[in-house]
Amino acid sequence: MLHIINRSPQSNNALENCLNTAAGGDILLIEDAVYAATSGNAFEGKLRVAMGRFKISVLRPDLEARGLADRIVDGVSPVDYGGFVDLAANNKTCQSWL
Amino acid sequence: MSEGTVKKFMFVNRKAPYGTIYALESLEVVLISAAFDQDVSLVFQDDGVYQLKKGQQTKGIEIKNFSPTYRALEDYDVEKLYVSKESLAERGLTEEDLLVPVIVLDRAAMGALMDEQDVVLSF
Repeated sequence: MLHIINRSPQSNNALENCLNTAAGGDILLIEDAVYAATSGNAFEGKLRVAMGRFKISVLRPDLEARGLADRIVDGVSPVDYGGFVDLAANNKTCQSWL
Repeated sequence: MSEGTVKKFMFVNRKAPYGTIYALESLEVVLISAAFDQDVSLVFQDDGVYQLKKGQQTKGIEIKNFSPTYRALEDYDVEKLYVSKESLAERGLTEEDLLVPVIVLDRAAMGALMDEQDVVLSF
C-alpha cells in the first residue's frame, strides 16, 4: 500500500508513527515531509533504516519550493505530480498520515 | 508614531515555509511593526530556520515565493535576525545555506535574548 506523509519529521510524529506501524510498501513524502529526505537532517538515519522495508519517494516540486532539490538522500526517488498519480494508481490502498 | 515609546519586539519563527501559513503571516506582521519604528528582532529556530534557505523555487507548487522579502528587511531597518545554532545543525544546514546575513546563537543565548523583550509574538 501507499503511505503519504505531509509533516516535517522534526515537528510532528506522523512519519515516525508510520514507520513504526506500517509493514512495508510505498512511502511518499510531500509538503513539509520532504525535509525528511534531505541529507544531514536529524531524521536521515531513521529514513535510511526504513529503506529496507519501504520504497521511499519524495515530491520534487515541494523540495524545489524549499530550496533543497539538490540534497536528496541517496536511495530516495524524486517524483513529479505524474509520479504521485502513478503511485496512487498502482497501490490498492492509501493511507495519509494527517 | 511621534514621541511614541520604542518597545523591543521579538518575532519567534518555528515553522517551515509553505506547509503552513505561519511563516508568511509572521513576515506580514514584521513589516507592519517595522513601519511603527519599533526595535524588532526576528528569531528563527526549529523548522523556522528553513524559511531562510537559499534557492527556493516555488513555480512547481504554484505558491508565491516570499523568501526574497527577507532580503528586503534591512530596508525597513529590521536587521536583527537570530538563528538557532542547534536547529541549523539538526537540519544539515550551515550559515552559508541562508539567504541573508544572520547572527547565530546557541539555545542559552537565545533564551536570554527572549527574556529581554517587551513583546514576544509567536509563529
